[in-house]
Amino acid sequence: MDKHNHPYIPNSQPEIKQEMMQEIGIDSIDELYVDVPEKYRLRKSLNLPKALSEFEIKKHVEALLSKNKTCDNMPIFLGAGCWPHYVPAVVKEIVQRSEFLTAYTPYQPEISQGMLQALFEYQSMICELTGMDVANCSMYDWASALGEAARMAVRVTGRNEVLIPRIIHPERAATLQAYAEPAEIKIQQIAYNRETGQVDLEDLNNKICDKTAAVYIENPSYFGFIETQVDEISKQAHVHGALLIVGVDPTSLGILKPPGDYGADIAIGEAQPLGNSMNFGGPLLGIFACRDDMNLIRQMPGRIIGLTTTTDNSKQGFCMTLQTREQHIRREKATSNICSNEALCAVASAVYMALLGPQGFRKLGETIMYKANYAIHLLSKIDGVKAPIFKSAHFKEFTVNFDGAKSHVEEVNRKLLKHQIHGGKNLSKEFPGLGETALYCVTEIHSKEEIERLAEALEKILAG
Amino acid sequence: MYKQASWNESVIFTLGKSGRVGHILPEVEEEIKATIGDLKTAVPENLQRTTNPNLPELSEVEVARHFIRLSEMNYGIDSGFYPLGSCTMKYNPKINENLASSPAINMIHPYQDESTVQGILKILYRLERWLAEITGTYEVCLQPAAGAHGEFVGTLLMRAYHKFKGESEKRTEVIVPDSAHGTNPASAAMAGFNVVVVPSNDDGCISLGALKAVVSERTAGLMLTNPNTLGIFEKNIDEIARIVHEAGGLLYYDGANLNPILCKTRPGDMGFDIVHINIHKTFSTPHGGGGPGAGPVGVSKELARFLPVPRIVFDGKHYHFDYDRPDSIGKIRSFYGNVTVLLKAYAYILSLGFEGLKEVAEVSVLNANYLLKKLKEIKGLTLPYDSEKPRKHECVFSAKTLKNETGVSALNVAKRLLDYGIHAPTIYFPMIVDEALMIEPTETVEKEELDHFAEVMRKICAEAYTTPEVVLKAPHNTAVPRLDEVKASHPRTMTLSWRMHKKRKGKNL
Ligand SMILES: Cc1ncc(COP(=O)(O)O)c(C=O)c1O
Repeated sequence: MDKHNHPYIPNSQPEIKQEMMQEIGIDSIDELYVDVPEKYRLRKSLNLPKALSEFEIKKHVEALLSKNKTCDNMPIFLGAGCWPHYVPAVVKEIVQRSEFLTAYTPYQPEISQGMLQALFEYQSMICELTGMDVANCSMYDWASALGEAARMAVRVTGRNEVLIPRIIHPERAATLQAYAEPAEIKIQQIAYNRETGQVDLEDLNNKICDKTAAVYIENPSYFGFIETQVDEISKQAHVHGALLIVGVDPTSLGILKPPGDYGADIAIGEAQPLGNSMNFGGPLLGIFACRDDMNLIRQMPGRIIGLTTTTDNSKQGFCMTLQTREQHIRREKATSNICSNEALCAVASAVYMALLGPQGFRKLGETIMYKANYAIHLLSKIDGVKAPIFKSAHFKEFTVNFDGAKSHVEEVNRKLLKHQIHGGKNLSKEFPGLGETALYCVTEIHSKEEIERLAEALEKILAG
Repeated sequence: MYKQASWNESVIFTLGKSGRVGHILPEVEEEIKATIGDLKTAVPENLQRTTNPNLPELSEVEVARHFIRLSEMNYGIDSGFYPLGSCTMKYNPKINENLASSPAINMIHPYQDESTVQGILKILYRLERWLAEITGTYEVCLQPAAGAHGEFVGTLLMRAYHKFKGESEKRTEVIVPDSAHGTNPASAAMAGFNVVVVPSNDDGCISLGALKAVVSERTAGLMLTNPNTLGIFEKNIDEIARIVHEAGGLLYYDGANLNPILCKTRPGDMGFDIVHINIHKTFSTPHGGGGPGAGPVGVSKELARFLPVPRIVFDGKHYHFDYDRPDSIGKIRSFYGNVTVLLKAYAYILSLGFEGLKEVAEVSVLNANYLLKKLKEIKGLTLPYDSEKPRKHECVFSAKTLKNETGVSALNVAKRLLDYGIHAPTIYFPMIVDEALMIEPTETVEKEELDHFAEVMRKICAEAYTTPEVVLKAPHNTAVPRLDEVKASHPRTMTLSWRMHKKRKGKNL
């Protein structure tokens, strides 16, 4: 590269630099670094790659990426917090619009109405799906949203214990722990019913007390089954003065009752499946919503966009609201430190939700449920396989146990790879009590043929 | 003059017609339906959704037009100059977008077998090494989703470190300068620390006397931005590091301002133990209207054991995830980081190399000081804190004189800039400057644009003296005129969703 003429640095031409230095009254750019102590000035070169041309970069990165096997190359039956779904072309087109893509946080609302309105619409559609009144315009992901929700519940109630189900994504539980521990929040697990997987109400009853800030449940659960005792759990929580936090997979909400309808005070979840690709697990898009209650709203983390008017009252418009909760103003007393969030992913979800509409969401939920249950049906017929472990209705994910076939998940998955299939997530280390179990995921992108291929391959593998 | 598109674009809920749909899903095969039967019986009755979500019903065409119109009422780096101080709004190279939208990255799952994702693992592993090299740290973790998330990790690392040394009970305080970004104290508080504020001197640097006075055996660490948010390099960094380290504290580097020192000096060399990097600033990845960004954290050898899991390791042949880190703070999010954002940074570093990155730093500083020189000559604006001293990547002017003499505030100047098709600088930050205008041009702005900006600023300040109402009522050329932000946040008029709007309709809005 000719370092004096880089395409991203228009003033790198020596003559221009000279002219500008003259204007400032310096002879060398080094004079602008005089306050950097001599001993800290970098005098050596660093171990960095040689600069490449755009064409070379393209070749290099594409060559590396081509080593990845995608769900286009082979069916992938993995979910567990990041799910394969189809992203409509128009979603991609809109988030690539550079007016959205290359903008900053809309601190100047008059010139940022597009982003603000899109985010307001995202918030509003999340509210409609979850049955809540207020949503923020994103958290980093479901796991961090859970951490923030627990902290919020503790602030709102002035109590410091949070109850969570035993069946929860271990990464989500670990993230919750990292967010909770410094605030001295005690996390306790509620046992599950060995037969159904559902929350053990008796255990909940024993553990809930006047120190409980919140009861957290997930629907569908990490293992994919639908938690049906929501009304009892909600009642228990509220009788004890605790908040109910519900975590959701939004793709289920066209057919499943929304958390707002069974009394959730805070709804969280992962909106990656709504118009965002898997991207090897990031960026994700954390949902965060609550009821219309100033005690809750004032304690919400994250940015919230609101509807307003122009000062001359001539027009409707949008701007960021309630910034006095945020760190720019409240500093160490802010409700959260979250500043940059996942705004563009939220725009993608807004477009996705608008495309699907009420009918589309119902169809999406039904399609997923049909296909996942078809997979359950085929797999459960295989000798030595138990799918699912729990006697409950399942939505998009389900547990598959290989104890009866005396096989290890790891070995099964290795053999499936030879069949050009990606098996489920190994749960045997996270939940040793379940034996050799994997978590499988089936969505609208899995065809009948692919599901059948999986069943046939498993049959062959387990037959030896 | 500038004129932004101004569509009367209704909220999406009022568009469309009942029955329309914008996307069709693949049909479920009849055989599957026959096998599974009616879903009504498959979904537990009390959990069935009885009323459809009240989402808009639109065709694909309508959805496309709606959001394209909205995009036309938005302003990004590609629309024009964006001198938003501390945010480092530099040009976002297109090839990076191109690469990050490849199915080979979009369509891979984080739990895929390692053998099927060696390509992306290699990219992430190499990026970690490069960022460690650039920051002068030992190990880098790519997981944090943004700068503040990196700060949270950093302060959790402080906690873990002191706990490891058996001092967690004692080390309860984190020191933050008064010029610090709000996320610094917020992150420290989230990690359970008490925040102690240390003031700046007349030269815009941390007061060493004040620092010595607050440092104690309670000090867990100091969070510092260098160059700081005034654009001034903390020249006493050596002494600062010594004071904090001798007291047993750790030094944290807020990397939001790393751009001007890229390959010129390194936080690790200056004695920082923990460093976060705003990938969406220094490494040119787009801010996306507020995210996603990425905020990797680099640490010294002593602290590496505490980093979140998994770590990416290389055995000489293959890349793996290592979860076996008993001293780790655990997880702060799911999976490994905002991978597509990180991939763009990888491509960006490749496009510049060592010499190019150094050039980035130098030209960003040259641009800032060139602009500063021109702005200093404008009546109404003053440059607080040692006005003779060079700034680094940004400079903070005060519009206090202008306000006193004309009634035109920093906010009004900011709004008026929008009329000229230029995004406003950061205003009212840092909080230690009255009527602050924080201006950061970055290296991707050409001299002509800098001259133009200075000229527009001169015009606006002149308008303040001659026709102040033009400035006071600005903006005039944007999609909408000045918005009522007070009304938006007032409990009686606050409308945070379409649901709330319907509920409150007729009350005040
Ligand atoms: C100085 C400084 N520190 C920290 C941050 C926080 O970074 P992020 O918004 O990526 O969380 C910012 C961004 O605004 C900043 O300017």
